[in-house]
This record gives sequence, C-alpha cells and structure tokens, in this order.
Amino acid sequence: MEAHAAHPSSTPRAARLRLPGVGAGLGRGLVVLYLSVLVLLPLAALAAKSLSEGLDSFWTQVTAPAAINALELTVGASLIVVIINGFFGTILAWLLVRDNFPGKGVVNAVIDLPFALPTIVASLILIELWGKHSPFGIDFALTRTAVVVALMFVTLPFVVRAVQPLLIEMDRDMEEAAASLGAGGFTIFRKIIFPNLLPGLAAGIALAFARALGEFGSVLLFAGGLADTKVSSVYISQLIETGNAQGAAAVSVVLLICSLLCLVLVSLIQRWSSRHERSSGLTTMPMSGFDPGVSSISSAQHDEEDDERE
Amino acid sequence: MSNPSTSRWGLRVLGLGYIFLLLLVPLGLIFYKTFEDGITPPLDAITSPDGLHALKLTLIMVAIAVPLNTIFGVGCALLLVRHRARGSAIIDSIINLPFAMSPVVIGLSLFILYSTNGGWLGPSLAEAGIKVLFSVPGMVLASIFVSLPFVVRETVPVLQEIGNEQEQAASTLGANAWQTFWRVTLPAIRWGVAYGVVLTTARVLGEFGAVSIVSGHISGQTQTLALYVENNYQNFNLPGAFGASVLLALLALATLLAMNFLKRKEAA
Repeated sequence: MEAHAAHPSSTPRAARLRLPGVGAGLGRGLVVLYLSVLVLLPLAALAAKSLSEGLDSFWTQVTAPAAINALELTVGASLIVVIINGFFGTILAWLLVRDNFPGKGVVNAVIDLPFALPTIVASLILIELWGKHSPFGIDFALTRTAVVVALMFVTLPFVVRAVQPLLIEMDRDMEEAAASLGAGGFTIFRKIIFPNLLPGLAAGIALAFARALGEFGSVLLFAGGLADTKVSSVYISQLIETGNAQGAAAVSVVLLICSLLCLVLVSLIQRWSSRHERSSGLTTMPMSGFDPGVSSISSAQHDEEDDERE
Repeated sequence: MSNPSTSRWGLRVLGLGYIFLLLLVPLGLIFYKTFEDGITPPLDAITSPDGLHALKLTLIMVAIAVPLNTIFGVGCALLLVRHRARGSAIIDSIINLPFAMSPVVIGLSLFILYSTNGGWLGPSLAEAGIKVLFSVPGMVLASIFVSLPFVVRETVPVLQEIGNEQEQAASTLGANAWQTFWRVTLPAIRWGVAYGVVLTTARVLGEFGAVSIVSGHISGQTQTLALYVENNYQNFNLPGAFGASVLLALLALATLLAMNFLKRKEAA
C-alpha cells in the first residue's frame, strides 16, 4: 500500500492527498534509522561496556583517585572559565550591539574564530604563545593555568552569541525612563539591562560549560596529560591507550551525564524565558507588521541621544 | 565618576583587549611562526607524500560526511517543523546529543561498537571483510557523528519563520510534494541550509578528538590534517605541524567569511 503511494505519477490526485502522511511516515522512519545506527547504537555499546564487569567495577573505575582528580579539574576549570567568559562575553555583546567603533564588523566576525578553528591548531598556537618559546617570556604550558586559558579560547563565542540577540531586541524605553528619573549608568545596567539579559547569559554559560567539560583537542598539547593537568577527556584517552576500555567507558558515562544535565538546563532556561516573554506581552514576535515600527522608533531615539552626546 | 564616555572607553578597552589577546595575537603568531624561515619549509611539509595524503583524506571526509548530514538535516528539519510527528521531541533531543558529548567519548563509543575484539558489530563486519576501526570507514562515521546537528539546527528556525502558506498555495495549484520542496521550500530556506553546511564542513575539516580515537594514527594511511598537526608536533617536526596548521587556519578564516556572507544573505 504505502510503497504504491510513494509513486505519485500514477495517480496524481490521490497521491497529493496521501503523500504528506506517507512521506512523513517514511521520512520519520529514515530519520530514526539514521540516528539509531549512527548515534544511539554506539552510545548503547558505550553504556553496556561501562557495566560489562558489573556495578562494582563501574564504581571502582569512576571513583579511582585519578578519575576523581580529572573530574574535579574539569569541573573546576570549566566553572572558572564560564565566569570569565560570562563577564567578557556580556561586555563584548554590549559593544557589538550598542557601541560603534572602527573595525566592529571584523570583531563581530572574528568572535566565531574558535568555532571555526580546529582545536588541535588552537592548542599548537597556545603552546607557542604561552609555552617555552613564548615571545613574551611567559611560560605556563603544562600547568592548570593552561587548561583554563585553552578553555577560555574555545568557549569564548557562546555567551556573546547568546546575549547579542537579546540586546538587539531589547526595548530602550525602560532605560530611557530610568535615565530620565535620574538613574546612573551602573544602576541602569544592574536593575534593567542585566535582568533582561539573564536568560541569554544563563543559556550561553550553560552551553559553554557543556563544551568545556568535554574539550579535548585544545588542552591536549597545551596542558598535556600530566597527573595534575589532565582533564577527564584526556584521562579517558589515556585509559583507551592502556587498553582499559571498560574504565574509559565508565568515566565517559559520568562525563556524558554531566554535559547532558547542562543541556537540560539550557532547554529549561529557554522554555522559561519564552513563556516569560509571552506573558509580559512584549513584541518579540518576528511578525513583519509589528517589528519595524518599534525598532525604527528606538533607533531614532538612539540617534537623538548620540547627537546630544556629541 | 561614571561619565558615560569614560565607562564606554573602559568597556572598549576591556572587551577589545580580551579579543586581541585571546584571539588576534594567537592568530597572528601562527602565520608569523610558519613563515619565519620563508615559505619553503611549510610548503615542503604539506607537499610531502604524508602531507598530501592527509589533505586528500580530509577532503574525502568532507565529501562523504557533509552531503549525508545535509540531506539528513534538511529532511529531519522538515519532519520536525512541518509534520510535528509523534516522537518529535525525542528526535530533537537526540540530535543535540553530539553537542553535549566530548569528542573523545564519541570516538570511544564507535571504538567499542566496532571493536573486532568483542564489539557488537566489529566481529561480523570483519568476517565480511569490512574494516571499520583504524581505517577510513570508522573515521567517516566519527565525522558524521560530530557534525550531525548543524544543518538541522540552522534549518529549523528558518523553516518556522517562512511559514507554510506558500507551500500550501503551491500544492493547491497542483504541485506534488517533490515539486513544492524544490520550487518553493528549498529556495526559501537555502541560506539557512548553506549556513549549516558551512558549519558542518568546518567541523569535519578540523575534527580531532573523535577521529583520533578511531584512526589508529597510521601516517600516510589514516591521518587527516588535524591528526597530521598533532603527529608532527609530537615528532618535533615543527614546519610540518605549522604548515598544516596554517592551511587549517586559512580554511577557518574562509569559513568565517562564508558565515558572515550567509548571515547577511539570510537577513536580506
């Protein structure tokens, strides 16, 4: 039946009516198959392997001192990094949306460099820059600082790209009102801008954290695999090299659970913030009739303000 | 005091200084280091048999993984947005999985599944004469896995935004599903799809962790450019490592240009 309907040319009218249903069914089948073979099956094999020698062995591998050290370093360094990049990312997003300076377009494009540059190349550059051949004479390669700097590099874009659209959408009326009531720059930021940016900032930080937890290439050469500089992913790769696939799988499962929690957090934040926007009745809908009017008013105010300043 | 222009300059110095130190200085340094002794050493390294083989293998990864993930991505996005099929939420979260996973964990999952020593699929594939681990098929699987979400993620919002009125109009006028897709839907979403393709390509070109675990690091056989960089660095062949790095960095810059171009097209 279904195979018959997949040839629309024979009975065009019937096919037109039935194709969406059949097409969707077939399409869903193919999508599920693709995902199962390429993603779910390997993951199932990983989970099975981690438990292949029983729960006790799983627990022993996960609680081995080296495993715990690596996980502590991974989580600790990632936390430091997302705080730093949360701060600088917000500043950069503000500069890119609200400020005007020569070369802004270049800065905006170059923010994505860590997404585009292979991680191993980043590692090589960082070790040349901050290793024993450092042109500045500063050498912190193969230390925990190197872990932090490598993670700073690879997670830079997340917060900027998550905060930027919120700043663009943000109504300037509230800020104008606050300013006219005598609020200073910092008060306006703290009471008005920051709360509005919070969903984006939180989502960006959670995404950056998930990425930092699993990062491998950029820390490999720069921070190395020493006892006190190896993050979880490097520890896992060492276990694989020594032939302990079950231990590697066990540690991987723990790492995977940590990053999945981050992603769940991101989707909760997004759900919460979209509900929040809808209930507050702000015009965040990309309806063509609504938006241009609002934005042209606010940009006109923006111009006026700039004129006054000059 | 909080004079607006003082604080504005403060933020500029902080933000741009951070970008300068963290991104621009390293990028400049890699070009300087590579061409310090002229163009010959890095060029020789890349045009050596191993270097050329690594380049060829990297392009093979792109040629297989990118089209597959593009077709899958567009189809999957259509399914998620237009057909709201049962299980859409589950499919959606599975697609995000590769973003949440360490490349090493992805590599290890494939390693365990296709291991000839007790893997679920390894032994029977080996009997059929198919070698997955430590050879090209495994590396292709790893590349597909890590770059799977990009096209879906870029296409879904564009599809939502364009709505389906035009598609409905086309089908009312007698177009079948295939014609509607090629003549109406695809032209409307092409820049979003292209953006996803650029991200997919960049990821496949530079993927290191996952491919490294399943490749076995056999130089001249299972080495992509990213693996070639690491291998040459570990063997103290710096011109080789830098030559390949500059090649990858140039590809990254081309990626940035393409992203910028496509974002503008999408906004227009």
